[in-house]
Amino acid sequence: MNELLGAYFPVIIFIAVALVIGLALMIAPFVVAVSRPDPEKLSAYECGFKAFDDARMKFDVRFYLVALLFIIFDLEVAFLFPWAVAFKEAGVFGFWSVMVFLAILTIGFIYEWRKGALEWD
Amino acid sequence: MQIVTALFFYLFASITVAAGFMVIASRNPVHSVLFLILAFVNSAGLFILLGAEFLAMILIVVYVGAVAVLFLFVVMMLDVDFAELRAGFLRYLPVGALIGVILLIELVLVVGSWTITADVSARATAPVPPLANVTNTEALGRILYTKYVYFFEAAGMILLVAMIGAIVLTLHHKEGVKRQSIPRQVGRRREDGVEIKQVETGKGI
Repeated sequence: MNELLGAYFPVIIFIAVALVIGLALMIAPFVVAVSRPDPEKLSAYECGFKAFDDARMKFDVRFYLVALLFIIFDLEVAFLFPWAVAFKEAGVFGFWSVMVFLAILTIGFIYEWRKGALEWD
Repeated sequence: MQIVTALFFYLFASITVAAGFMVIASRNPVHSVLFLILAFVNSAGLFILLGAEFLAMILIVVYVGAVAVLFLFVVMMLDVDFAELRAGFLRYLPVGALIGVILLIELVLVVGSWTITADVSARATAPVPPLANVTNTEALGRILYTKYVYFFEAAGMILLVAMIGAIVLTLHHKEGVKRQSIPRQVGRRREDGVEIKQVETGKGI
């Protein structure tokens, strides 16, 4: 148990260093940099025109579809990791159970391919 | 070592609880999604402290990835105009409060009638091999595909349903869009596209 946590010690150091550098870079400008605030500096650059629209508009629903399909295949791959590690112990039965799992998701993959869900028109 | 572990436990646990509170307390939905990510990352730290490495990594990969989808969902569904978002607050308060009270009563009924089996400690500890000689991922792999095969295949079916549901709900092709059709391009022959006409001098076609 302690060995396991000891293996994560470099990660803690890494996060600490990242935190220090990130905070230093965020705080240093407040101290060092020249500050002359102006509303024009914050406004969107539109080649001399007034800004047309708000940046926070509704997104197309198709982004959601792509992201959801990504998550599903992400989960599928996540299920394969323990299988790869314990391939020998899972045995022939484990092999075929994973094959059935992959076949079920391949049905979905074929469906989405034929349906044209992966195309962007 | 014990003290360091305890310190990290309290660090992760307190940040998780605080972030969870901020998820429901922050006014901007996008901010609450970001706090949700913070809560997930810290729960992954708690999992690592428990020795459940694989679950921690899956929590990062899948949940934080899924939260990106949720993020998108927030931006997509809510027209992120907060003044308008809060306009009907008082009007919808009675209905919302009613649903909340019903949910609370249900939760109390469920939790109140919940009993834990007597042999829980035996069941919880028996199938787990010692962490020193079997890693967490391998221990999962030994039982997931054989002992819990029905749950595993059920997970596959649920993913399939989610995939088909997402496609059915959100996919609609625009009419009149010209797409590339590679079989048609490749299958085109010279005779389909080129025609030779003998034109007599001075006449034209």
